[in-house]
Amino acid sequence: MLKRFAYSQKIATYVFVLPFVLVFAVFWVYPMFSSIGMSFQKTMLGQEAQFIGTANYERLAADGIFLKAVTNSVVYMLLTLVILIPFPLLIAVWINHRLMIGREFFKSALFFPALTSVVVAGTIFRLMFGEMETSLVNTLLGWFGIEPVKFLKGQVTGFIALLSLAAWRWTGVNMLYFLAGLKNIPDEYYEAAEIDGASSWQKLIRITLPLLKPITIYVITISIYGGLAMFIESMMLWNGNNSPKNIGLTIVGYLYRQGIERNDLGYAAAVGIVLLAIAMIINLTQLTWSGMFRRGGLKDA
Amino acid sequence: MLRIWSKGLLCGLVLSMIVFLWGCGNQSNLSEGENTVIEGGAGEDAVTMEYWTFVELHGQHFEKMLTKWNAEYPERQIKLNVTVMPYDDMHNKLSIAVQTGTGAPDIADIELGKFPDFMAGTPQLVPLNDVIEPYRDTIVPSRLDLYSKDGTYYGIPTHVGASVAFYNVEILEQAGVDYRDIVTWEDYKQAGIKVYEATGSYLGTANTSALWQVSMLLAQQGADYVDATGLPKVNSEEMIRGLTVLRDLQEADAIATIAGGQPDTEEAYGEYTAGKYASAMMPLWMMSRFTNYMTDLEGKIAIAPIPVIEEGMPRSVGQGGTGTVVTKNAADIELAKDFLAFAKLSLDANIEIWNVLGFDPVNMDVWEMEEITHNPDNTFVRYFVNNPFDVLNEIKDEIQLIRSTEYSPTINNVFGTTTLNEIYEDGRDVREALDDAQAQIEQELQLR
Repeated sequence: MLKRFAYSQKIATYVFVLPFVLVFAVFWVYPMFSSIGMSFQKTMLGQEAQFIGTANYERLAADGIFLKAVTNSVVYMLLTLVILIPFPLLIAVWINHRLMIGREFFKSALFFPALTSVVVAGTIFRLMFGEMETSLVNTLLGWFGIEPVKFLKGQVTGFIALLSLAAWRWTGVNMLYFLAGLKNIPDEYYEAAEIDGASSWQKLIRITLPLLKPITIYVITISIYGGLAMFIESMMLWNGNNSPKNIGLTIVGYLYRQGIERNDLGYAAAVGIVLLAIAMIINLTQLTWSGMFRRGGLKDA
Repeated sequence: MLRIWSKGLLCGLVLSMIVFLWGCGNQSNLSEGENTVIEGGAGEDAVTMEYWTFVELHGQHFEKMLTKWNAEYPERQIKLNVTVMPYDDMHNKLSIAVQTGTGAPDIADIELGKFPDFMAGTPQLVPLNDVIEPYRDTIVPSRLDLYSKDGTYYGIPTHVGASVAFYNVEILEQAGVDYRDIVTWEDYKQAGIKVYEATGSYLGTANTSALWQVSMLLAQQGADYVDATGLPKVNSEEMIRGLTVLRDLQEADAIATIAGGQPDTEEAYGEYTAGKYASAMMPLWMMSRFTNYMTDLEGKIAIAPIPVIEEGMPRSVGQGGTGTVVTKNAADIELAKDFLAFAKLSLDANIEIWNVLGFDPVNMDVWEMEEITHNPDNTFVRYFVNNPFDVLNEIKDEIQLIRSTEYSPTINNVFGTTTLNEIYEDGRDVREALDDAQAQIEQELQLR
């Protein structure tokens, strides 16, 4: 009986899936429902929790700083999409070209930043974009006769620094995803296209991009999440969670400020729930729009 | 053949795992801060206590006092495990640890600006009234009150933090300015104009990320960030007057914003060393930043009372500070309390606080001890043009207090991130910026 149970193919499936289900339940489902509950409470660590209805959400709706954090996160996410989808894709196509020399070198060189700790990278970028005349970027600008810029004090310039960090760090990772996708496109398609007299541009538009669509959608999905959840980059660049006029404050940064720095966990939970809702809405819209949920998935697309 | 290959692969995998885990281990140590065990001559039976701080120097003071304690009380010896972490990191970890009741150290330093956060609800810290009592009469009472709630003391102060002006005499001489003639902010402005014209350096800083200067101007007028009822009031007439004075200085090129946002930052130390700014208006503990991080300026910095809006106004305010606390998690609460009082409140401790840290001790008797305050071998006495205690004794009865309340962290945050940037960087109207700040603070604290 025991032997039959142990060797049952039906049971085995569940056994193999069990670790994932457990981890998912303990580290995802439970905290999520717990946060939803907490967002209706006034909770401070070490003190008794109080049920306060929707007061936290009402407070959020009138909170200008939270609105600023949401705007920052959404703008950052959109700009990272603009930078981190087309450029890594083009680099991947370029590296994947059969005439490319030093392919492995470029692959590792571009991937290397992803291995660097965000803390180290953020600190270095903070020094590079410092407001002193002697900081790296200002020195470079000085060569062209441009006055020193207080990068980390302005909204636009601050975002330039933040996006440079994101681009430096994530280009290589996205490039690897696209390279994996490119490997799956059979060479015959390109050969056939060449026989028909297709130009490089036509091959890119008609063969590469459509066949890369599943990978592109995947990269967009994780980039949306990554952009909205960004926190440490900003924290390192501004040497703490407080940037001038909150130009670098993100939703997670605000969650951290309220929950950890001010010990207002109920309010922080409400911030987290709103972040979850925003991420879900944007991603589900994007996936529906790109045809992921249609019967037969992308094949019909 | 296949088996040999797979064995090799397995060995390789195991090796790479070890290397990876070793790397991870190293990394996590780094992120947990620097850790040192101070023995202080303790024997085998000594109790080991955990001490968290955000200032490396504080550990050096405790090391000195620990040796004295262990010699004096051989039956109650202590070893101290000191962990130094970055400012925000330490306070956040400590807050979570004391409130959840797990992982907190026995003793910890809490900075004044963060202290009110630890006073919310029922404080998870040990009351220290009984060990403070024997020293009460020797200590500046207002410094004790900073770390109290409803008459119970939870922290032991380190210093008075009297605000003074630090002038770079070398730059001032080039402009023909004598810092001793600067009494009012108007004098300071005229001096600033001369310095800027003669050297291209600014006389002072317009701080965008800290409230040192703003507090000085408020305290001179006998005002505070809270009104008589204790509620936040940051758009008061006194605040508007103070910030208008500072704005006027900025427009005259007497002061300018500084990299880092305030004098006590790494970037600013570089700017001072490069001679771009000729004065810093800071609490006296800034001395240790000069001796540690601006060694090139040795022999060039003079200390003087801060300028006032009108002659006769009080010329100083106590600012900054660290309350050292015993947490409820401490293994031996009585021992921790007794040691803490010994290490920070005894006369000996106060002398060492000056000798090692260069702080103005809370036992003001030390201020009068010439052999200690004018000791020619003392680093701080050697570094500065004039003796710090000559200035301190001159302003001794004029040191005001800015209250630290449950609203202080929010007020600091709004000013340090938004208001001061709007005023100094964007040139926004002072009154408008302050009205917005008041509204923002009330909104964040749910006072409206």
